[in-house]
Formats: sequence, C-alpha cells, structure tokens
Amino acid sequence: MGLLQPPLHGVHDARGAKFTEFGGWDMPVEFDSIRTEHDSVRETAGIFDVSHMGEITVSGPDAEALMQRLTSNDVTALSPGDAQYSMITNDDGVILDDTVVYRLPEDVDGDYLFIPNAGHDEQMERRWKQHRDEWDLDATIENVTADWAMFALQGPEAEDLLIEAVDDHTPDEPTLVQNLRKFTATTVSFDGAQCIVARTGYTGEDGFEILAPWDDAEAVWSLFDAQPCGLGARDTLRMEMGFLLSGQDFNAEENPRTPYETGLSFTVKLDTDFIGRDALEAQQAEGVAEKFVGFQLVERGVPRHGYDITNTDEEHIGTVTSGTMSPTLGEPIGLGYVPVSYAEPETTIHVLVRGKPKKAVIKSLPFNQ
Amino acid sequence: MTFDIPDDRKYQESHEWARSADGTAKIGITDFAQDELGDIVFVELPAVGDDVSQGAEFGVVESIKAVSDLYAPVSGTVTAVNEQVFDAPELVNDDPYGEGWMLELELADESELDSLLTPEAYADQIA
Repeated sequence: MGLLQPPLHGVHDARGAKFTEFGGWDMPVEFDSIRTEHDSVRETAGIFDVSHMGEITVSGPDAEALMQRLTSNDVTALSPGDAQYSMITNDDGVILDDTVVYRLPEDVDGDYLFIPNAGHDEQMERRWKQHRDEWDLDATIENVTADWAMFALQGPEAEDLLIEAVDDHTPDEPTLVQNLRKFTATTVSFDGAQCIVARTGYTGEDGFEILAPWDDAEAVWSLFDAQPCGLGARDTLRMEMGFLLSGQDFNAEENPRTPYETGLSFTVKLDTDFIGRDALEAQQAEGVAEKFVGFQLVERGVPRHGYDITNTDEEHIGTVTSGTMSPTLGEPIGLGYVPVSYAEPETTIHVLVRGKPKKAVIKSLPFNQ
Repeated sequence: MTFDIPDDRKYQESHEWARSADGTAKIGITDFAQDELGDIVFVELPAVGDDVSQGAEFGVVESIKAVSDLYAPVSGTVTAVNEQVFDAPELVNDDPYGEGWMLELELADESELDSLLTPEAYADQIA
C-alpha cells in the first residue's frame, strides 16, 4: 500500500522539503535545517504540517458516556470549546495511545473530537465502535481524518501571526484569538474557510493547532508567514520538553507503559470509570517500579533510541527511548525508563553509545526550563 | 538541487572523498552527504597512528536526526586528525571539502585511488 499524503505534499515538495514515512504517511521531515526550524519555534514562530494526525468525532446522547469510558481523563470537566490531554488505555492500564480530547465549540457539528496519533485512527475508530455496540450506547463515531488538514503554528510570535491571518470581515476574531486560553478551542475564519483553532501544541512554546478543511489547506497554510518546520524539529522540540512520542516512548506491544510510569498521572482520574482504571488504581497503590526520566550525557556522544542504559557497575537498567543533540542546550539529551531508585535528578547513569559506556546524569524535565 | 563535486579529488560510492598528494591523502565526506545528513552534531574519528583499511568503517558522523558510519576510501595510517570538527562539527556542513576534512593518511597502496569514482562518475551516482 502506498503512503498517505497530506494535502500540501506537492507544496512542500516544491519548497524543497525532505520527506519521511511516519505512521503510514509521507510527511516533511526537514525544510531548511532542523536547527534553523527548531530555533525559529523557540525564538519567533514555526509552522508544522501535522495532517497525519487522526481526527475522530463522537456525537449523540451517549457520546459523553462513551468518551468517559474509553479515555483516562474526566471528559465531564469539559465545557464546549475545552480540550484535555488524555490516555487511551487497555484493561492492564497500558497506554494504547495518547490523545487530545476536545468538547467541540457549539457552532461545530458534533459533540467530541479526539486526535489519535498518525496511523492509529482506524484502530481507534474500531475500538470506539466495538465498545459502543458492546455497551449498547447511542453514539455516532466518524473517522474524519481525511476531511481535515492540521497545522501547528508554534512560538512566541504565533499569536501575532494568527491574528494577522484572521479574516477581517469578522472584527471580533482577533480578540477571540487573544482571549483563547491554553487548551481551549474556537472556530475562526481564514480566507473564508471555517477552521477550528486550539491553543495547544507539542513544542513547549505558546502556539495554536489549526484544523482546516482538507480542500482549503493550501489557502490557510499560505496565510502564515512563519518558518515551515518538519517532523525533525518537532521531535527535537518535544524531546527538550520530555513529551512522549507514541510508538517510541511507549508502545503497547514492544514497550508497554502506564500513565503512572510516564509521569502523566494528571491524565488519570480514578474517580471516573474507564477501561484500565482498576489496574491503574492497583499500580497507584503499589507504586511504579520504573519511571520515565530525562538525562544528559556528560561525555561526547549522542544517545539514540534503543541504546542500553546501565548503572555505573555496567548492569543493564533500561533502554533509551528517544535521544538527540538538543539544539537549544547544545548538549546530548535522552529519555527512557529506569528503576525508581535511579530516577532522582543528578543520579549518574551510563548510556552505551555503540557499546561504549558514556556517563550521563538524570535531569528534571523539561530540559530547557 | 546541485551539489559541489570538486574535480581535484576522487570519491567513494558511500559518499567519502580522498584528495591525494605526495603519498598522503586527506579524506572527508561529500557535499551531498552533508546535505543528506542535515545538521551534523558529532564526529567520531580514529587517532593518529591508527591504521584504516579501504572500505572498512573508520568512524561515525551523527546529525540531529541520524547516525552514519564512515568508510575509508583508501587504506593507510592516520597522520593527522581534524580535531576542529570535534568542537565544531558544523564545519562538516559548512565546508565539507575544506575546513570540514576529517583525516590525513599516509597511503598504504596508492593504486587503491584508481578504484575510486571520478568526479563525473560520482556526479552520475547522485544524480
């Protein structure tokens, strides 16, 4: 099967982007240089095409009940226009995917929208439909991934750029954008296209995620005078923040992890009833054996996904799940799971870089605080 | 996109170059290779006095996104290492044929140079 393409694939190609396969999609990984793109987001603004992310809407009388039972956070806390980070877990409390759940603004069709990671939309659509039928709930589930392009405009200048791009026939909309709090969404018109804009992102900077109708993608994208950024910069930015990458920092088959192990306990509301709740309650009572940590190499080398982590006695204690040379810090950084006894900041560990132990120290996340 | 391929040296399919003079050769990676790798952040090289063999790994170059092995285009004994690239690996991006060179070798067998690609043949390979 061929790779799926975002609606702006040709535009990116003409701009000189390099592409990579990600979750079944052929996505731009780099436009100019990862360092240039990364620095733009930290210092001014960058824009990412993240149309590979999935979109599933859930509507109907039992939409709230279904969302509540299939995600770990409390969807009843959401008012129209609110969003929350949440986990989709199995019976063992193992993360199948991480997602943002939106209670849609009132002027948008549908009750809830959630954003599975690239390539997970069909699996999640099946999961939602299967449980809806099993529990005999009245909800309509639509996989609308092919209807929406998604862009992430990120960086300290993102708000100004967004305000400049808003259609001027709706004079209140700049204020609407300025008043948009973190993790809230609204509808905004760009070049006549009705888009959903949320103050969210995955870079650690202020910014917005914009859902644009697929056919309007090019017109909307071209309104933002920001550095185009690829998935390479998205990866270095999220690593500096200690944010998880689905499939790499957790993977239900190869590296099963629970929200407590990842340090994301705020996404788990044990006073709600969801799949995996009981297993997570037990784990919370017992405590976790391993924790997700950040570390910095203090010897020359770059930690990479799959490298072994050892203690100073050369005993294996974990595996690097993500690593890079941090463009912001100029230091080699990595993420991974270690036993809790090694998880305290400033604990010394070793990372085997091509078989050679390199000294590293555990750091508090985010790295660039 | 066009890449710089100077005609004063020879090339290996795995994107290293060798420029010989008086029984020695300087080696590095090509403009195409540095562009493919992107921002180079780390270079690992052998020490002066080490021997390297044609076609064998002699080091590693890492960009933000990838790790790549380096393969020796010719055999020889290392007579100089460009230590500047340890502290400023971006030199390999900025000037892969000049300031971003990697090793200087005393050639073990000058005839090995004949087996390398001409600039024209290398240009065809990356076309």
